[in-house]
Amino acid sequence: MTSTVADQTAEQSEPAPPARPGWPRRLLRAVGVQNISLVIALAVLVAIIGAQNSKFFLVTNIETIGTAVTVVGLLAVVQTVVMLLGGLDISVGSAAGLASVVSAMVFMSTHSAAIGILVALVTGVATGVFNGLVIVYGRVNAVIATLATYAGFRGLANLISNGRAQGYTGTDSTFVFLARGSIAGIPTLIWILVILALAVHLMLRYTDIGRNIYAMGGNATAARLAGINLNRYVVGCYIAAGLVAAVAGVLLTARTGSGQPTSGSQGLELQAITAAALGGVAMQGGKGTITGTILAVVLLGVLQNGLTILNVNSFWQDIAQGFLLVVAVIIQQRRRGLRAVGLP
Amino acid sequence: MSSDAAAAPRLAATELSKRFAGVQALRAVQLQAYGGEVMALLGENGAGKSTLLKILAGAHRPDSGTLSIDGERVSFSSPRDAHRAGVRIIYQEPEIIPHVSVAENIYVGALPARGHRFTRAALRARVVADLARYGFTSALDPDALGSELSPAQRQLVEILRALTESVRVIAFDEPTSSLSDTEVEVLFRLIRQLRDEGVAVIYVSHRMNEIFQISDRVTVLRDGALVGTVTTAETDEARLVRMMVGRDLTDMFVRERRPRPTGTPALTVRGLSNDDVHDIDLEVYGGEVLGIAGLVGAGRSELAHAIVGSTPVHAGEILVDGNPVRISGPRDAIRAGIGFAPEERKAQALLMQRSVRDNISLAILDRIRVARVVRRGEERAVAQRYTGQLRIRTPDIEQVVSSLSGGNQQKVVLARWLARRPRVLILDEPTRGVDVGAKAEIYAVINQLTADGIAVIVISSELPEILGLSDRIAVMQGGRVTGELDRSEATEERVLALAMAGDLTTDGATR
Repeated sequence: MTSTVADQTAEQSEPAPPARPGWPRRLLRAVGVQNISLVIALAVLVAIIGAQNSKFFLVTNIETIGTAVTVVGLLAVVQTVVMLLGGLDISVGSAAGLASVVSAMVFMSTHSAAIGILVALVTGVATGVFNGLVIVYGRVNAVIATLATYAGFRGLANLISNGRAQGYTGTDSTFVFLARGSIAGIPTLIWILVILALAVHLMLRYTDIGRNIYAMGGNATAARLAGINLNRYVVGCYIAAGLVAAVAGVLLTARTGSGQPTSGSQGLELQAITAAALGGVAMQGGKGTITGTILAVVLLGVLQNGLTILNVNSFWQDIAQGFLLVVAVIIQQRRRGLRAVGLP
Repeated sequence: MSSDAAAAPRLAATELSKRFAGVQALRAVQLQAYGGEVMALLGENGAGKSTLLKILAGAHRPDSGTLSIDGERVSFSSPRDAHRAGVRIIYQEPEIIPHVSVAENIYVGALPARGHRFTRAALRARVVADLARYGFTSALDPDALGSELSPAQRQLVEILRALTESVRVIAFDEPTSSLSDTEVEVLFRLIRQLRDEGVAVIYVSHRMNEIFQISDRVTVLRDGALVGTVTTAETDEARLVRMMVGRDLTDMFVRERRPRPTGTPALTVRGLSNDDVHDIDLEVYGGEVLGIAGLVGAGRSELAHAIVGSTPVHAGEILVDGNPVRISGPRDAIRAGIGFAPEERKAQALLMQRSVRDNISLAILDRIRVARVVRRGEERAVAQRYTGQLRIRTPDIEQVVSSLSGGNQQKVVLARWLARRPRVLILDEPTRGVDVGAKAEIYAVINQLTADGIAVIVISSELPEILGLSDRIAVMQGGRVTGELDRSEATEERVLALAMAGDLTTDGATR
């Protein structure tokens, strides 16, 4: 991979360095064992569902899967960033619900979709700032802090909306475009997910920001001693999470035609974390890719769609999802070489 | 435990082999350890000592080969199996539970209990008896909490844990690397006592003088294979080093005498104080090595952390090249040109799961980016350059750092700071846990750095290293600098006198 540079500086008569790994190992290293397993799992799943019901392969069904996974996908992508840093954001679903309500309510009073969306996004940023500051300056564990705001943001959303769906956006062209429009034949929703995923992927892989995020998750002390401003990164990542949660909230509003304080956003945090974990993001941070997460999002979407078109009781879908989260983490831990010893 | 143990080996390993992804860690190693003797295990980092110990501990299983104890075949699939067979490994950094007492720490997992009730008083009495038996009554307080213990005391707890069950083989993995000289004496007394009780003791260390003090035989490994076993009394240091590295190593500490630099110091520290260090004044000139000596707990690492702003500072002033700098965190220190390679490379310096390249470039990403995009070509070139220059033994720069040996990991940390080209570089225990060959290479790097005009501060617990490497030596005790010695006047005795002095009027403390 880097042989041109290697040749220039190669040392001659050094005590033999360990052998360079062969190409299968290097290919595996480049693609990642995790991603290959996900692709295989996806292929198996598609084969099973397709064999049972041929409607599965219809373009309309594939579009259904794509648009259904968008909201979860957005949250999973940003959850990946937070988890890579060594954190966790349980409040993304609640923040999305809050943003959904805010976007619809502001839209109703201003009759401007743009203002509604903008205020919703600002709300999302504010939720992120709050999470970040509590975690950094209150020195509160990320799980506890966002568990608290998980309840808090949800309460706030219910409070301002009286716990009811708000407004009607189904006639506004902007919201309709977001929910059902398409560009070049591909639904807008899918475009939004693809663009965000690509942007985050490029950020993680090619910028110093991404590299510093991996470094912090891998070893926060080492990152700090190497001159990385940890606080800024923590707050920044939670702000990103809040912002993306707000985008997800706006899309929820667009899809359902009204602002939803809880329905539609409940359980999104679990799905996002499941997708990230299944995609190979280490729970302790520092390891994982957007590619893996997106593959896992698609896998979960296909599973859900498949279970639906095979008429499986929807409660089973929850069970399947909980099961997958545990299995994903078990596989992760095994691959880290951890032995089965009791944990507190 | 028969009396003819002297004839048959207590522990015998035959043809042990172990391979990890791409690395043959052990190649058909033969080893015998006898009851009533201390066998030293010697080898460079990566020679296979750790793998061998881990197999003995039941943490790894060998790919092939057998282990037997008192002639009986054993196979360990967990540390518990090893404990049951009477095999114990004492690691450098034992696991200590912070919030419980020493007594409970010692009997963790084996609390003397009736049903599920255990009595604190009975436990304490038992620990007091244990301490008395091994002469540690004054060294360890059974009621102290785990979090209050010094590294030496933590090790004692680990040893006492081992002794709560009958022990047939006990291995020490570099036990003295964080111990002071008096603590080493205590440990050696214990080792001799164990030996006299008929235990087979395996002693892993890089410190030659200790090996000659404590061991009866020495087994040397190199590149995962057995080089040979010799009787300690019939060998000498040069021969052992030859066996370890396969070549002669003379003049490891090559530091030329040079005139004391004049002009503006690269780093000036004035009146620096915080919770751990008090009123520190230091000057280091470009091209100079300032050694910081002192016993464990003297505040040397704490001083380094205070200088780079990694711990809060109450008072004091830091100047780089004569210009005052405001440092409120490592980030400011790096910007001011001060680099710091901390003592615990795994916990504080390395991203163990990332590549050599990622680790080397960590502190220079802000210099090799264009609009926040890291220039990969340049990054690779830098990683390649320093991998070659420091002779980091790795298949390629994409190799994960955790798969490298300790010495090579340390070189990766050094490479990170070399790439940054700081004005001042602080190295805390740069050769701890590093083999002889890599040590010499690290010394050469330090020499090269000073030749390039960089000011280097080296903190080390090894006196010969400090004496050989430094142009000047600052000695610390109790968080204060108790004296400063020029290279020409420094001897082990004078440094030790300052390290244990406690008052500044001692002879030799004068500038």
